[in-house]
Amino acid sequence: MTKTIKVEYMARVEGEASLSLDVEGGELKGLTLDIYEPPRFFQGFLVGRKYDEVPDIVARICGICPAAHELTAIQALETAMGVQVSQQVKDLRRMLALAQDIQSHALHIYMLALPDFLGYESAIAMATDYGEAVQRALRLKKLGNDFTELIGGRAVHPVTAVVGGFTHIPAPAELHAIGQRLEAAMDDAMATAALVGSLTLPDFVRGGIEHVALRHPEQYPVNEGRMISNLGLDIGPAEYRAHIREWQFPPSHALWSTIIGRSCFTVGPLARLNLNLDRLSPKAREALELTGHQFPDYNPFASIVARAVELVQFIDDSLALIRRYEGRPEEVVHQVRAGTGAAFSEAPRGILYHSYTVNAQGIVEAADIVSPTAHNAHSMEHDLREYAPTILHLPEPEIALKCEMMIRNYDPCFSCSAHFLKLKLNRSGS
Amino acid sequence: MKPRIAVYKFSSCAGCQLQILNIEEHLLEIVGAVDLAHFVMARRDKGAGPFDIGFVEGAVTSPEEVAKLKTARKECRVLVALGTCAAFGGIPSVKNWVPQREVESRVYPDPSVIQSVRATPIDNYVKVDGFLRGCPIDKNEFLDLVKGALIGAKPYLRAHSICMECKLSENVCLFEEQGQLCMGSVTAAGCGSLCPSLGRACRGCRGPADDANVPALAQAMADHGAGADEIRRRFRLFAGEAEVFQKGVAAL
Repeated sequence: MTKTIKVEYMARVEGEASLSLDVEGGELKGLTLDIYEPPRFFQGFLVGRKYDEVPDIVARICGICPAAHELTAIQALETAMGVQVSQQVKDLRRMLALAQDIQSHALHIYMLALPDFLGYESAIAMATDYGEAVQRALRLKKLGNDFTELIGGRAVHPVTAVVGGFTHIPAPAELHAIGQRLEAAMDDAMATAALVGSLTLPDFVRGGIEHVALRHPEQYPVNEGRMISNLGLDIGPAEYRAHIREWQFPPSHALWSTIIGRSCFTVGPLARLNLNLDRLSPKAREALELTGHQFPDYNPFASIVARAVELVQFIDDSLALIRRYEGRPEEVVHQVRAGTGAAFSEAPRGILYHSYTVNAQGIVEAADIVSPTAHNAHSMEHDLREYAPTILHLPEPEIALKCEMMIRNYDPCFSCSAHFLKLKLNRSGS
Repeated sequence: MKPRIAVYKFSSCAGCQLQILNIEEHLLEIVGAVDLAHFVMARRDKGAGPFDIGFVEGAVTSPEEVAKLKTARKECRVLVALGTCAAFGGIPSVKNWVPQREVESRVYPDPSVIQSVRATPIDNYVKVDGFLRGCPIDKNEFLDLVKGALIGAKPYLRAHSICMECKLSENVCLFEEQGQLCMGSVTAAGCGSLCPSLGRACRGCRGPADDANVPALAQAMADHGAGADEIRRRFRLFAGEAEVFQKGVAAL
């Protein structure tokens, strides 16, 4: 007899997905990760819109990482139209991305992932027993949001970043005040590293896994770099489509992202850390040692550890940028011309790719966007197919929880992925 | 017993739900005063209805969502649109201005399996008791509404335009002085004239103000040299489904 273990509406992730496992005689017979988020067609309706609307529109792909979408789109459009920007603009963009990374990581570590490891249904339920940890989470999250708001004007869907620069920049004194709070927050970030280091992680590594992340000549990657992997991939944004394709694997209706000639791959904090260990700041290295973990580590459950180490790195990088910030007023001026341009960035959840073709009037003729969750969806399913059979001896609710944890490791953003993945709409069929 | 609250997600980016979690300094007080009984992005336990207040995030874009929305209406005493997608269609409604088949075939190799309907505000299908505007919602307006519900008071939601707030902020008018095609004169206030205060034109993310004279703004944009396509795009971004903004398009 076949038994179906179903998670109807996956909790503590962004967006809507369900999971079902068919088990027969202690063996896994079938597994479906169903992303039923309705399609929103961003790539479709961007065509015909003007370049200066694109950052505002793509921000709405994701409410958790809007700055990453805005900044990646802006960089791709600037490449398309041949626009150069100053070092100060680049620094402000990096700070905007880091600020959002701090918010997103604090949210994921404490509110989305940690309750699983500590045996609670939510961070709210954790508040009684882990009051100090929840307060720390709220402090870190608020700091990330306040920092985002100072540069972007608003925490969710920032408004100041545009093609060519910023419509408004903070005064140095305002940024220094955030800098002081970031310095003070280093203790909270270190305490976070110690806490995640104390967790017992399920033991699982999928053989032959390919980790993909950006690599920058000097920095820990944020919004610039080449896309590299532990298996030798090394490409720039313009080469992306010659190497990465979405394929259809029947009977699944989803389009899975793969490296041409190879297989699925994983992006995100763990891949980023594994491939950029030599780019860590001394403080971040200290945090890594504090966790007691050895890296590179290919166990997806170690993602929460990578996030905690990155939290320290992001604070450190922000402080360095704040120290050299002068707050020089700059006009936003640029030309509009026809062209095609692509850009990569490391969003909180991993590599994000945007590419646009615009005509001489700046009207979008083609748009191509691949989000971190779209990159990871194939990998998530592969992980589950290998991991689920190892836990089938457990009681059913435990199996469901462990599989959910596996998905939550990726910090998936299903709204982001849905307009890129082909949906399985007939849920009773196929 | 604490009032029970449900948060539902439809076609959206989750940014308005995140704004609830972004009320960091009051989050623990909120969960002390109300029971966030159904809030899937934050909790694994999924409470069942009935609920006292339901917050609906997102536009309605599929037949399945229509059914889900009707269930939400039945299980909530008060139903509130959480943000511009639910209130006016929001960014998902940008697709409405391009033939559906064209949009689908640009994204999916085989559009025949895709079921998507015109992206509309939720009051197209059910009675809605309150509207929180904004993309994203304003945290203080959310708090006002929840506090108001607890003491039985009507929240103060502004009906006047962004222009009023902009004047109070003593900003230089971006439309008059710089020729930026600002939507502030027809857009509902409540953001504190955020964008114009930061040097950029209002994009209309809060939807139409009550007394908006949209045809006059469309004419003023044309007088400033904007072409018909440019003006049309302005009115068909966040709230193109709103009847008031459609008057701007009709005026061209």
